Amino acid sequence: MASRSASQRFARQITPWLVPALIVIAWQVASSLGRIDTRIMPSPFAVLKAGETLALSGELWTHLRISFVRAMLGFAIGGGIGLALGLITGLSRRGELALDSTVQMIRTIPPLALIPLVILWFGIDESAKLFLVAFGTLFPVYINTYHGIRSVDPGLVEMARSYGQRGWPLFRDVILPGALPSILVGVRFALGFAWILLIVAETISASSGIGYLATNAREFLQTDVVVLSILLYALLGKASDVVARLLERRWLRWNPAYQNV
Amino acid sequence: MNAPLATTATRGVALDVRAVSKQFGERTVLDQLDLRLDRGEFVALVGRSGCGKSTLLRLIAGLETASSGDITADGKPHAQAQAQTRMMFQDARLLPWKTVLQNVGLGLPGDWKAAALNALAEVGLEEHAQKWPAQLSGGQRQRVALARALIHTPRLLLLDEPLGALDALTRIEMHQLIERVWQKHGFTVLLVTHDVQEAVALADRVILIEKGQIGLDQAVVLPRPRTRASHEFGALEEHILNRVLATPQSPISPSGLDAVVHFGALRWAQ
Repeated sequence: MASRSASQRFARQITPWLVPALIVIAWQVASSLGRIDTRIMPSPFAVLKAGETLALSGELWTHLRISFVRAMLGFAIGGGIGLALGLITGLSRRGELALDSTVQMIRTIPPLALIPLVILWFGIDESAKLFLVAFGTLFPVYINTYHGIRSVDPGLVEMARSYGQRGWPLFRDVILPGALPSILVGVRFALGFAWILLIVAETISASSGIGYLATNAREFLQTDVVVLSILLYALLGKASDVVARLLERRWLRWNPAYQNV
Repeated sequence: MNAPLATTATRGVALDVRAVSKQFGERTVLDQLDLRLDRGEFVALVGRSGCGKSTLLRLIAGLETASSGDITADGKPHAQAQAQTRMMFQDARLLPWKTVLQNVGLGLPGDWKAAALNALAEVGLEEHAQKWPAQLSGGQRQRVALARALIHTPRLLLLDEPLGALDALTRIEMHQLIERVWQKHGFTVLLVTHDVQEAVALADRVILIEKGQIGLDQAVVLPRPRTRASHEFGALEEHILNRVLATPQSPISPSGLDAVVHFGALRWAQ
């Protein structure tokens, strides 16, 4: 019985990786047989080799660190502002009246449409990239915070009030935990979006970062480095998603829906 | 049985509801209603859906304000005495992100853990202290809600159909528990219920609310603990039930009922 459940767990952990593994194998086989032109699409092995070379020279880690810091800093600024605005409009009717329609209007602007303006404002230095990432991550966090607070069970708030809870204790014990599942959905979404915005920003105007690595490699027709950069973005995006899910599992462990996910 | 009641009865509050009215828009839910509760008395409010019994309870709890009239506790305006009043709702309303123990200690200052464990022990749930509310049954959750009310040593306990969603066996266990803690602590109780049998089993007085006023005020002078099988119990229950059934439906209910029947008929027809 025990060994059976252990093998079942093993199967559950391995199954999600089957499809990606099969794709990589098919890709390598097709490259080795000459079915894919390596000038257009390098083989997985060549991508690994490029990664090894860049890692040994230290270039890979520099670019990775720079991109990571940009994404996290931009997310911290945008998510922080979004959280603050969402708390204001969620908690106070006056705040909602004063701010919500403005935020909703700005929200409809695609962040990438701002790129010409951003380059005019900030040039191509760090603040341009941070601005774009912050702008894009603000709204998912804002909307989910606002709706999370508004959808807290009014029965629980009424109960807590009748038990003398007001102000900060009411917010800390009832409203914030009630809104947290929704806020974390916003965080997950914003983290994914941060990487998408960053790659565009780094491709257009940068002298460092993974986006720069890819653009630079394109100039020299190094398709293996281009593919490596794309894979790095995928890995970083996946890693931030895993972190967000760990937060969910830790902070929402009271919720049966988040146990044993 | 009488001796502890006499000594603890001072802990209950004497509640006086005078000429209280409540309107929601055009609709008058309570109309110049008068009600007196003695110290330590257990009173049950019965009546059809929408008769205003829950509204009366929510007014006393301070969750809503009366359109006119006043409510006093021991001669003082009741609004100033919310700290001595605790309410149990139809659903337990436990905070799902707090453990059972933390829920019982909600809003208490200082070191409340020992007191919360005591309160849980009183409702027989001390071994569940570290569980999440989602891991408990409906009856257990209501017992936690009762412990959460008891820890504040209330002088007035308001019960808004707290057992309505429980199965019959759990309900009988809860009756015994509520009667026991009431006799031990001596607070005043006002219970809103649909279940006339529950009212007769627990209350000193059963009051029927109809058309926003008191339609029947029936003392229940049966020895405790009460046995449902006795002739007197059955006669009293039937008397009150017939009186409830004799009241015309309030304007809200019929349309709602029609809709349900209609929907049922449609489904059967297919």
